[in-house]
Amino acid sequence: MATEPAIRVEDKLFQNRYLVDAGRAHIKVRAHTVPSPELKALLTACPARCYELNDKGQVEVTVDGCVECGTCRIIGEPSGDIEWNYPRGGYGVLFKFG
Amino acid sequence: MIDERFDAIVVGAGMAGNAAAFTLATRGLKVLQLERGEYSGSKNVQGAILYADMMEKIIPDFREDAPLERHLIEQRFWMMDDNSHVGLQYRSDDFNEEKPNRYTIIRAQFDKWFSSKVREAGALVVCETTVTELVRDAYGKVIGVKTDRGGGQIHADVVVLAEGVTGLLGARAGLRKIPRPSEVALAVKEMHFLPQEVIEERFNIKGNEGAVIEAAGTISKGMTGMGFLYTNRECISVGIGCLVADFQKSGESPYTLLEKFKKHPSIAPLLEGSEVKEYAAHLIPEGGYKAIPQLYGEGWVVVGDAAQLNNAIHREGSNLAMTSGRIAAEAIFQVKSRKDPMTAANLALYKKMLEESFVIKDLRKYKDMPQLLHIQSQNFFLTYPQLVSKAMQNFLRVDGTPKKEKEKSTWKSFTAARSWAGLFGDAFRFARAWR
Repeated sequence: MATEPAIRVEDKLFQNRYLVDAGRAHIKVRAHTVPSPELKALLTACPARCYELNDKGQVEVTVDGCVECGTCRIIGEPSGDIEWNYPRGGYGVLFKFG
Repeated sequence: MIDERFDAIVVGAGMAGNAAAFTLATRGLKVLQLERGEYSGSKNVQGAILYADMMEKIIPDFREDAPLERHLIEQRFWMMDDNSHVGLQYRSDDFNEEKPNRYTIIRAQFDKWFSSKVREAGALVVCETTVTELVRDAYGKVIGVKTDRGGGQIHADVVVLAEGVTGLLGARAGLRKIPRPSEVALAVKEMHFLPQEVIEERFNIKGNEGAVIEAAGTISKGMTGMGFLYTNRECISVGIGCLVADFQKSGESPYTLLEKFKKHPSIAPLLEGSEVKEYAAHLIPEGGYKAIPQLYGEGWVVVGDAAQLNNAIHREGSNLAMTSGRIAAEAIFQVKSRKDPMTAANLALYKKMLEESFVIKDLRKYKDMPQLLHIQSQNFFLTYPQLVSKAMQNFLRVDGTPKKEKEKSTWKSFTAARSWAGLFGDAFRFARAWR
């Protein structure tokens, strides 16, 4: 994996339409000091790369580019690592083609 | 606030929800359909292929004004290794018929059209509204919903949960479990735009003809997964999907797989020079028959992807979704016609009718397939494609090696990789699961 060139997901997400609900993130990561294996998996499994490590080695989520696939819910909700909701009605990703 | 009372509330406006709402409204029921997107389709993602037979059973003359892209006349199955593919290709002029069997569609456009038919049939369709909770009475019967628009409860005799694969309501209300990572695949997809004539030239098609490529092999890096490429009128849908459990375990990223798939020497020339206009991701139910949850209860039914009604082997989903929506609506109509209450005992009719349809029959046929492909994913998606590709190259490359020796080396490569027992075992297990 390390040998492959990094792919900029931001460039992909840039083509999409979103209506961001500022200040109301629909996904929250439970406070932690050391991330669980489930949280670590989200760093690579999230197709919009919404999950990143901060300076302290904790997993953080930024939902602005979220495509609402639900992958992180499948991995992280049963373990209690994340809290997953839909964005408010009308907000979030607005697929032009889908 | 909507303070009327409805015969039925349909949650979600995808294929299953639209089929249910349309069928209920056409039968004269008072229907409210709630959708969290800006319009029906704005949250929906699919490859996408529309199966005409199941659509005809809902709207017989849909071809007259539905936004259809291309009817499919050719299907290519590719087994890929890093530099090659071994293909099985079927193309037939028989598919150029008056009423074609399969079409490519663009969901945002198709669903918007389907939703207009739901409104015309008389349903009240409210978008940009997320249902947050099911309302139950003292006995636990579902009697309505609450939304994020405030204003309290909206009541109905029955709630049709067409909330899709990520459906929260049913899971939170304990009506079904959240799917396990081994029961759903994550697919990522891009829309590549090219001039119509370029697409037609590259795929050897004309007019409204379309072609499909479905591919498996080293592109999924040993994970259970598939790549696909569908021709639309002026764009190509290209994507790849693998089980979430495999992504979780392998640490592979979906977009890395997609980029690699697009750069494969067999795929790249088909996409060259295209302009990408959207990147989408979606979960696909892959658990099959054994993952189907309870389908009905006191005052509710669940349809479509939310109920795991997806045939992963044939890559059919939207037809199972729309059929389950239609059948649920017909069952509800029958219960209503008899003036019976929407109890679990009465709504069991939905399950009975669904079991008599192709939906449950097909899923039951492949009930052992998901586990087999998942447990054996390294063999089926990595080892075999490489072996087959090597065998083909060995067969075709002329280098002075006597044919007998060539055959020997091919067999040797198979038995070295999987052993005789392994090969027979795989063949036997595959045949048994397919039966």
